Order: sequence, then structure tokens, then C-alpha cells
Amino acid sequence: MTRMRDRITGWGFVAPALLWTIAFFVVPFVVMGAMSLATMKGRTLIWGFSFENYAELAEKAYLWRAILVSLEITLTVTVVSVLLAYPLAWIIAFRVPERWRRLALLLSILPFWTSYVVRSYAWLLVLAREGVVNKALIGLGLISEPVTLANTRFATVTGFVHFFVMLLTLTIYANLIQLSPNYRRAAMDLGANALQTFRHVILPLTLPGIVTGAFLTFVLCIGDYVTPQILGGNTELTVPQVIMVQLGRRADFPLASALAIVLMGIVTLAYLASARWLRLDRI
Amino acid sequence: MNRLQKILHSTTILTAAAGAASAQEELNALVWCDHTDPALIEPFEAAHGVKVNLREYEGTGAALALLEQSRPGDWDVLVIDGIDVFRAVEAGILAPLPTDQLPTGDFFPEVVMADNNSVDGVTYAVTEKFGYNTISYNSSKVDPVDMESLSTAWSEKYDGRISIYDYYLPVMGMAAIAKGIKTAEIGSDDLAAIGSELSTMRSHAASVAGVVAAQTALATGEVDIVVGGGEWLTAVLAEEQPELTWTIPKEGAVRWAQSIGVVAGTEKPDLALEFVKYIASPEGQARLATSSCFWGMPANAKAGEVLSDDQKAILRWDQQPDYLALTQLYPAPDADLDIEMQDLWLETLQQ
Repeated sequence: MTRMRDRITGWGFVAPALLWTIAFFVVPFVVMGAMSLATMKGRTLIWGFSFENYAELAEKAYLWRAILVSLEITLTVTVVSVLLAYPLAWIIAFRVPERWRRLALLLSILPFWTSYVVRSYAWLLVLAREGVVNKALIGLGLISEPVTLANTRFATVTGFVHFFVMLLTLTIYANLIQLSPNYRRAAMDLGANALQTFRHVILPLTLPGIVTGAFLTFVLCIGDYVTPQILGGNTELTVPQVIMVQLGRRADFPLASALAIVLMGIVTLAYLASARWLRLDRI
Repeated sequence: MNRLQKILHSTTILTAAAGAASAQEELNALVWCDHTDPALIEPFEAAHGVKVNLREYEGTGAALALLEQSRPGDWDVLVIDGIDVFRAVEAGILAPLPTDQLPTGDFFPEVVMADNNSVDGVTYAVTEKFGYNTISYNSSKVDPVDMESLSTAWSEKYDGRISIYDYYLPVMGMAAIAKGIKTAEIGSDDLAAIGSELSTMRSHAASVAGVVAAQTALATGEVDIVVGGGEWLTAVLAEEQPELTWTIPKEGAVRWAQSIGVVAGTEKPDLALEFVKYIASPEGQARLATSSCFWGMPANAKAGEVLSDDQKAILRWDQQPDYLALTQLYPAPDADLDIEMQDLWLETLQQ
């Protein structure tokens, strides 16, 4: 009887989250999966069970290229963001006096407070031919003519990195701050130098924080439409941009759904690759 | 009257007033951003004592999907690309319009576009605004003479200083015109030639940009030329940056037009028709032409009596006969050709 009551209570606690997940993830996902198997005949949607849209992904070079471009940008952003965020998190966790730590963290995430779209447009102006960066480089005599920075992959990566360094700093900091200083002291006592201590003790112990942040960066970056659209200048297209093209003019929901399923497949693979180190409780 | 009675009376009056306010008739319109200017909408609301709810959309596909998923009566008015009226009619989205109540007799004849706005002899929409997808440029940075020909406007001379407007139909129309192909006659066989012109254009372009991005790029000096631009891109900047201008090259350019119609199944057909008539009237047309979102030529020539001389100068009112003669309407591909054109466009972008 008590067991039964516990079970009911348990389900009662789980039910809201479960219903939420079913309503806002499972059902839309099933609908999207079914839609990806439908086809467009002219401008008419035909429900059915066809892999035509997936075959199209293999046939059309620009669709394949969009997947490659998305992967290249996402991997670059993830690696650069980790390389920048780790030292920043380290400095905040171990070098900034405790009473200033809160302020340092606040300052590091301050850019989060501005709108994502506004921030992207701001970068466009900073990187423009007559923007701050070009003017500074010309002023310093490093270049004589403005270089093209805006509307390039470099601009897209810069916009992304600016955002994700903040996110990664938080996840890595949360991990670093939980580390007992005794680990470092023990390593030093055993004769390890600073580099060896970092490589063999600190880095393995903070890997869950890095991987968790990197995974979140990967997921958010590969599905983002705004940044490449504003900063990339459409000089190359990512998967979300191609999805938007299918919806905007043609209302080709089946092909757009197939592309979205592929995107989810890539994210799933990324999850499987990083699952071993993913520790969401560390953030 | 005791205190309680006074309170009850007051409450009743307030409730009745609130009821009247909430009962105010509302009109739901699916529109482009130029219709969201209060200067355009408020006079209609005041004249009819109604509230007009506006929702912006981008891309006919998105609008048709939204309408198809709505219940009959959810939407009353639709603004749509002139070449896509037939798509909306095919989908059963537009209701017939009484032509005798529309002032199309006052319109510039070239933009009445009866063939586009009607299906099987029944009129479903009326042209409300038009303009050109042509060449916008910074006259202080490029040689204006070069902009008078499509062969020099996107030539190597301006490598890295060009932005292409991010809409495949008008830009492919311009590529077709550069190759001597009429936009109305574009077929699958022409796509190779159009594709090679697009590749040339793309190879010299710094970006392929939407409305806001193209405008920003030109205004900030990121680029000096926008292929596919026109009065809709530079007119709102005319006062602050008069050096930003536009022209129609000698080979011609593409003409865009937007139409307005009443949504089938509306529960307020009379009010919806009144809105369409207001937009087509000289006053409505003048306000729409100079909307804060983007400017464009009014379809109704009588709007010239309402527009100021300065506004007409920015719109190049007096040159319209020449421009209309020199330009061709957007390509209007059927479904299969549309897919081929979009594929070609995306392949070009990904080069």
C-alpha cells in the first residue's frame, strides 16, 4: 500500500515535466519526422512515406555544403571559445581575490544583457570597412587599405565566440571552483611542476565542465540562424539559413523538416561523442 | 440615491463602457512592414472607429502557410507580392473584389496588372504600390556612368564593393535582362545563361543582404553598390545621405509590385473592402508610398495630388513614364521552374 502511494506520489512529481516534454518535444518531433517523409508536388503537400527529401540532401551540392559549413563553423567556434574561456575562468576562480570574484563574473557575462540581434549588428559595425577595427589598424600603420572583415566567416565566428565565451566561462568556472586546492598541493608535494599539475590533475578533473560547456556551445551554435545571417553576409549558407529559405518562399515544410532532422542527428552524434564526460550536475 | 445605489450606477456605467470598448470592431491584416506605419493606419481607424491589427510577414510561402493553418475569419486583409496573387487564389485564400468600387481607372496603366490580380476573369486583388529592383549606389564613391549599364555595374572594377539583394526572383530577373532574356519568358533552358551572369555578379560581391543589411551596408560604406536595390532602399535615407541614389540602366531593370485583397471567409467583408478602398485612395496611397519602413511608387496616379513636391522628387515622379517603359515585371515562375530557380540561386550563394 505504501509502495503504491510512493509510486503515485513519484509519478505526481514527474508528471508536469513529463507532460511538458511530451507536449513540447516528443509531439513536435514526431510531427516533424512525419513531415520530413511527406513530399511537395508543385505547391501541394502530399503526406506519405517517402525518403525523397533525404535523397535530395545527398543529390544537391548546396545542401551538403550547408551541412559542412555548419560543422566547420561550429567546431571552430567551440574550440576557440574553450581556449579563450578556460584561462578567463581560471583567472576568476584562482587569481581574482574572493571579494572581487562576484563582480568579475558579473562583468564577464555583462554582454548577455544586451539583445542578441543588437549585439550581432554592433559587431557588423565594428568589423565594417569603415569600422573601429579597420580604423585602428590603419591608424597604427599596420594596413593601408581597409580589409574585409564583415560579411565573412571570420565575422560569424567572432560574433559566436563573443557569446559563447561567456557561457563557457560560467560552466568552466563552476567546475573549477569546486576543486579542492588540496589536489594541487598534493601534486606539488609529489614533485609535479605547475604544467604537470595542470595536465595530469586539474585538466582531467575539469573536463566535465569543459565538455558540458562545449556541448552546449555546439548545440546552440549549429542551430543558430541570426548570427550567420547578420554577420556572414550570406557569402555561404548554414543549415538553419537553408531551412529558412525552404520555408520563406516555397513553404517546403517536408524538405525543411528533413534538414531539421539531419541537424538533430548531428547533435545526437555530438552528444554520444561527449556523453562520457557530460556532467550537468557540475554546472 | 444612497451610497450603494451610486456605486452600483457607477459600476454599471463603467462596465458598459468597458463592454463597448471591447466590442470595438477589429480588422486583422497580414501585411508587409510598410503598412505598419501609424501615419497610414490611424486615419482609417479614426474614420471607421475600428482597430486594425497588423501582422508582418516575409515570404509568400510563410504567409500562405499561416493562412492555411488559420480558421476562416481569423484574417480579413492580405497584402501579397503581385506575382503571387494566383497562388493565394489557388489556395482559396482570397475573395473576389468588386471592380466597380476600385479606382483602377486612376492607376498608372502599366501597374493595373489585371492578368496578375485576376483568375478566370475574376479580380481578387488590386495593385497598391510598385517600384524597381535595379542599381542603388553611392554617387560619391562610384562613377555614375558605370551604373548606367548592367555590364559595368557589377564588373571587376567594383570587386568587393557590391552587395546583392537577397531575393532570387528580382536578381535573377536582372541577370536575365543583362543576357537579353525577357523576365516573362524565362524558362529552364535560360537558367544556364542566367547562372553564369549570377556567378559573375556573385564573384564580385562582398555580401548578399536582406533589406536592412543592404541598407546598412550602403549607408555605412561597407559597399558602394546594391544590385537589386532601388528607391525602396535609398529613399528613406535621402535627407541624411543624398549621395545614396539609384538608377535604371539602359538595358532595363525589374519592376516589383505588391497587391492587396480581402481574405476569403472574413466575417467583416464590408470593413475589409473599405480598408482596401482606403489603401487604394489617393490619400492612402500617398501615405503608403512614403511609409517609414520603405518608400515606393503609389499605383494610383492621383496620389500625386497629395504628395509634396519634395516627396515626388525623391520618388522620381516625373521620370515614371520612362522607367515604366524600360522595366519588366518580376519573373513569375510556375512551381517547377521556381524550384529550379531557387536551387540555382542557392548553388550560386554557396560557390
